[in-house]
Amino acid sequence: MNRMGAMTAKLGGLGYSHKFTPPLLITGILLAAHLSFGILESYPKLITAIVASFATELALHRLIVGTWRDLSSAYISGISVGILIRSPQLWPFALCAAISIASKYVLRFKDRHIWNPSNFGVVMMLLLAPQSVAVLSIQWGNNMWAMLIIWIVGSISIYRLRRFHICATYVISFLAFALVRSWISGDPYLAEVAPITGPMYQLFTFFMITDPKTTVKRKWGQYVVIVLVAFVEMILRLNEAVYAPFYALFIVGPLAMMLELWWDDRNHTEGKNEEAHVSDATVPS
Amino acid sequence: MGTNNNNKNIWLIAFFVVLLAAPFLISNYEKWSTTSEAEPDRQKALDQYGFYVEDVTREWGIDFVHQAPTLDEKLSHIMPQIASVGASVSVADFNNDGLQDFYVTNSARGTSNALYKNMGDGQFENVAEELGVGSVNSRETGVSMSSVWADYDNDGYEDLLVVKWGKPLLFHNDDGEGFTKVDIPEFPDWINSNTAVWFDYDNDGLLDLFMGGYFNERINLWELESTEIMPESFEYARNGGRKFLFHNQGDGNFEEVSEALGLVSSRWAYAAASADINGSGYPDLVIANDYGVDELFLNREGAGFVSAGTQAGMGFAPKSGMNVSFGDVMNSGRLAIYVTNISEPGVLIQGNNLWVPSSEDSGKTAFQNLAGSFGVELGGWSYGAQFGDLNLDGYLDLYVANGYVSAEKDTDYWYDFSKVAGGNKTIISNAENWPDMEGRSLSGYQKNRIWLNDGAGKFREVADAVGGSLELDSRAVSFADLNNDGNLEILVATQRGPLKVYRTVTREDKNWIGFRLEGAESNRSAIGARAEVVWDGKRQVQTVQSASGFSAQNQRPLHFGLGDADQVDRVILEWPSGTTDTLKHPEINKTHTVTETSSAQS
Repeated sequence: MNRMGAMTAKLGGLGYSHKFTPPLLITGILLAAHLSFGILESYPKLITAIVASFATELALHRLIVGTWRDLSSAYISGISVGILIRSPQLWPFALCAAISIASKYVLRFKDRHIWNPSNFGVVMMLLLAPQSVAVLSIQWGNNMWAMLIIWIVGSISIYRLRRFHICATYVISFLAFALVRSWISGDPYLAEVAPITGPMYQLFTFFMITDPKTTVKRKWGQYVVIVLVAFVEMILRLNEAVYAPFYALFIVGPLAMMLELWWDDRNHTEGKNEEAHVSDATVPS
Repeated sequence: MGTNNNNKNIWLIAFFVVLLAAPFLISNYEKWSTTSEAEPDRQKALDQYGFYVEDVTREWGIDFVHQAPTLDEKLSHIMPQIASVGASVSVADFNNDGLQDFYVTNSARGTSNALYKNMGDGQFENVAEELGVGSVNSRETGVSMSSVWADYDNDGYEDLLVVKWGKPLLFHNDDGEGFTKVDIPEFPDWINSNTAVWFDYDNDGLLDLFMGGYFNERINLWELESTEIMPESFEYARNGGRKFLFHNQGDGNFEEVSEALGLVSSRWAYAAASADINGSGYPDLVIANDYGVDELFLNREGAGFVSAGTQAGMGFAPKSGMNVSFGDVMNSGRLAIYVTNISEPGVLIQGNNLWVPSSEDSGKTAFQNLAGSFGVELGGWSYGAQFGDLNLDGYLDLYVANGYVSAEKDTDYWYDFSKVAGGNKTIISNAENWPDMEGRSLSGYQKNRIWLNDGAGKFREVADAVGGSLELDSRAVSFADLNNDGNLEILVATQRGPLKVYRTVTREDKNWIGFRLEGAESNRSAIGARAEVVWDGKRQVQTVQSASGFSAQNQRPLHFGLGDADQVDRVILEWPSGTTDTLKHPEINKTHTVTETSSAQS
């Protein structure tokens, strides 16, 4: 299909595509939180993150692949960075977004990118610039209903994308491991549960661990990987890592991806998924 | 084709490496560019920065050590973080002998506060017990958190208000020879307050009193009925203490008018200060709130207050506000507002706020946070701050106190703190849910900052180089010329630690001028009066204040550094009553006493 044909097909089918769900969902969460509590400390920071994300995506895709690409993925990365990064300065938002997007083009294994882009960007900023950067780790407000609505709407949306099992597995694992942590540390169970009631985890649960491009494709594998993420997070938490979930996904996610890709390659099992792999090889998301 | 791809990949990888290097380099630039001197060289400091400081606490006979309260045992697991304030210092010449004295607070039941009388011979003597303002910390009336001086009855002597987690105490100054406790029925029986401000909000010549609550006033921290006392959110909490505004009726009585005048907020007020922000002729009020946004209450000609923080650009980014100080940082004739917050690398980077007027129109109230551009953003877990010209170069410098809980070294409670701080209100608001601190530090052992203003929009950190490095858990900071040599001494009250006094030494070729203002039609303390000094093509504005910073008060006389200039062109004094006096070519290197009658007496 030539370019004109592809465009005609797109225009002809203006029906709703599931790929719009994540961008719409994250925009909805952002708007709800901002209108309720004014969580956006400044528009320039969010806009900087999104613009940097768009610019990097457009430039690198054009340079590497030779074509322009749609910006829905870059939008999610940009908006995630804009919400997650906390810094009084502007440059961390631009650099984190740019690093997130660039990681998709550079850090690849068997022609797939293996880190969730914003997860990679956020972890790099925490490691490289801790004097200037922190991550959203506080409540957007004190309204329990707002939190419940975000969880319910997010869950329904993710369910329609057939990835609710990932979120549910993670939440259940977190709550179970919180019990273990409470038992080991002697701290109140509610103190161990507290982090997951915050917005950082809403973004982490709905957008990072469910990213189709950086999660393994086998369903049973997804269960295993998510439990492993929660387990590594527990280990990191017991070692007092404030941003444990990001580090856990940063460690476990790519290893799982590489293992699966290696296994598939070794057993020549591309057959059924070849199309998707070829697509990914040429159009990084 | 293959070579082309290889080239692309090389460029891509190079681009990625540059991207990764950028945050590391930018983030560390300040650290690398700041020189840390192991042993400060005084002559070098004089040559390079124009001043040095030396710790004279012991030499001047000051031996005060703050003791923190021991609260209800249900809070024992997090006691250091709850009982983390109360060290304060406020300066006043209580006996009108021309020498600055100061009052420091203690916060454990049964302990005494201290009033250090300046003997004029380089020695200070604690006369608090003798004059009746020592033993004020008890089970019945609670313990001291700060104090603020002002002549509320216009008798010519500064009276003393002790701000408490308990019942506030007002002491009338009896001609500088003693103090008498004044019973004010309108005062609340209990308020958990850290800040109070004397200001004449209706310009009737009588000082009124603002008092801001921190913990809710229903809570007695020694006898808890419930452990649900904590903020309901780390940045959006509105379950703090209420605000009080006491209108001075002039007959020794006060009327509580906060609700009637629109001064309503239940945020966690930690510090407040007053100045005429919008040039209306009436003093406005700025409140730094912990767990929330900074608040600006604009005064509507004494008839009421309007919350204008959001419209002014200050009300968007909720942080952990601890301090309010005003300073004409650019010698532009307009006051910027400095509010301290929390910055802990890798955990929480709020950054301090320097609210600089962003509109050319002085009547329009709009601010922009330029702390980053000015280089005064990242302090630490910051508390008190003051502006003052430490090196007399004609630009206001900035001292910032840092450090929360310095307990066991190389331990850290931050992980547990952040775990619960991110929780829903049902979790965070209950002290029971907070993990045991187990003797761990929390943003402890942090250095205070001395930021030197270069006059061109940048501040430079020089604390180590000038001998002012201090790592105690500092709270209140005051500036006062204690030895009448024209330099501002630095007083730092530390939590569970000693009060520190630093003598300042400047280069001999630098000049200064001071003004001790006395109101006639205006309140006698001249609180709210504005002085604009014009010299050598420069001008600087300062305002007479009561409370300034965090739990602190500077000396009443205004102090201006003049640099090398040997003459002041003029001084414009605008009094709260609306009258203006102008002094032409006042003599430099001395403090002038000026009364509102337009007659300047040197």
